[in-house]
Amino acid sequence: MTSTGKTIPVLTIITIIVAIWYASVVWMNAPFEYDQAERAKVEQPAFSELISKTMAQERPVLPAPHQVAQELWKTTGAMIQKGRPFSKRSLIYHSWITLSATLLGFLIGTALGITLAVGIVHNRAMDKSVMPWVITSQTIPILAIAPMIIVVLNAMGISGLLPKALISTYLSFFPVVVGMVKGLRSPDAAQLDLMHTYSASRSQAFWKLRWPSSMPYLFTSLKIAVAISLVGAIVGELPTGAVAGLGARMLAGSYYGQTIQIWSALLMASALAAILVMIVSLAHTMVLRRMGQAT
Amino acid sequence: MNTVVSASSLTLTFETNDGPVHALSDVNLDVNQGDFVSFIGPSGCGKTTFLRAIADLEKPTGGTISVNGMTPEEARMKRAYGYVFQAASLLPWRTIEKNIAVPLEIMGYSAADQKTRIDRVLQLVDLTNFGKKYPWQLSGGMQQRASIARALAFDADLLLMDEPFGALDEIVRDHLNEQLLSLWDTTNKTICFVTHSIPEAVYLSTKIVVMSPRPGRVSDVIESTLPKERPLDIRETPEFLQIAARVRDGLRAGHSYDE
Repeated sequence: MTSTGKTIPVLTIITIIVAIWYASVVWMNAPFEYDQAERAKVEQPAFSELISKTMAQERPVLPAPHQVAQELWKTTGAMIQKGRPFSKRSLIYHSWITLSATLLGFLIGTALGITLAVGIVHNRAMDKSVMPWVITSQTIPILAIAPMIIVVLNAMGISGLLPKALISTYLSFFPVVVGMVKGLRSPDAAQLDLMHTYSASRSQAFWKLRWPSSMPYLFTSLKIAVAISLVGAIVGELPTGAVAGLGARMLAGSYYGQTIQIWSALLMASALAAILVMIVSLAHTMVLRRMGQAT
Repeated sequence: MNTVVSASSLTLTFETNDGPVHALSDVNLDVNQGDFVSFIGPSGCGKTTFLRAIADLEKPTGGTISVNGMTPEEARMKRAYGYVFQAASLLPWRTIEKNIAVPLEIMGYSAADQKTRIDRVLQLVDLTNFGKKYPWQLSGGMQQRASIARALAFDADLLLMDEPFGALDEIVRDHLNEQLLSLWDTTNKTICFVTHSIPEAVYLSTKIVVMSPRPGRVSDVIESTLPKERPLDIRETPEFLQIAARVRDGLRAGHSYDE
């Protein structure tokens, strides 16, 4: 990876996005200013005045980037400076709530996905019967099933982290199953025949051939799985009454028209997703290097 | 002389959606200990299928076949043979020596024993300094030598080779043929070798089995009269050309050009 060759294109795109964002801020928040002026029976604001006003609204339709940045700082860095990083008003606290559910759900989903894939590859009955259900599970909208999981588990006395994690699991096991079934079946016929000529047991063939062959497939799946685990955790926070977590912040923000809060939670969530995907990519590179396939 | 492989009225039919395919039909053949037997014929003549039947990779549908006096399955369980495919089929995430270690690990050899065996076979195929390399760092010919080393690493007396040099260029192939002969000489193995090159078959073999397709059957078995010591230029001698001509006649007789 050459980071130097990427910096300029990436910065260019970010600049363009920020510019479009600011333009949209003026355009989308202007009607409110005109409306205010009309009600106060004062003259319509001049354009230069309009610009500064649209970027300083308390509840803008679209908050300006610097407003979101200020809010982000106020709820993260400033909280650390005050020595209260895990206060309920801190976005770090809410991120951690969401992240813990994401990670737990991702781990369970990965384990479940790999287990199902191993079963599907090694057992004819499972091959015929499990895969259709795996696919069916993903045709149900997660927004519909998430509240039911939360309610049912609550009735069973399970609440808190696990129900949210299970919604992450529900989403993340799918790419792992699909990727690993393909990965574990990726050795070619000659390699499988060779194992047969050595009279290798199934578990020997698995650990010496199928498992290492599946690594590239596994990591590709894990990148998708970790990102949708985060989505699952956020969705899982919505029906719990918006107590804590990034999803709760978004929901609370939408109740009270706190668009700045929604956007800062949104940016935090996407930053978290990016970091998680990067960690998985890093692990992938390290595994490839250990397998002698450094690129 | 001991018979290593013995097939009598061996038949193998694949059931496909387009009806049965007769891969082998009434094949009778004995391979003796220390023989170098080549199977030659056009594609579809069953030469690979016969090799796979010896290796218990295909189940015959009729007749009998024995390997070292056992069924192919028993022989496979006793690790009676090493198999070399057309593709080297090395595991890309293992170094050459680790690749050679795969069958040894599966068969439960001790670490020390593995090491001496790996060193010995790497020397046999002339790859002594390449043990720590990964497959992609080696040429195609070297990869195939490594895969032969892997098949030699455990003590199987029978080596089954399915067009091992088919994907290599002529010069590399000549070199490997020469090496294979000296290897056969030093190790005293029995080799069954599938090829579709007439010069290769005649140069290497003590016995050439000419096969013909649809259904796959043996059309001629030629005992080579060439001496065991075979420099590459033996291929220019009248004796060599005579055997080659007989192989070519056998191939022509079994092959219908009307299709």
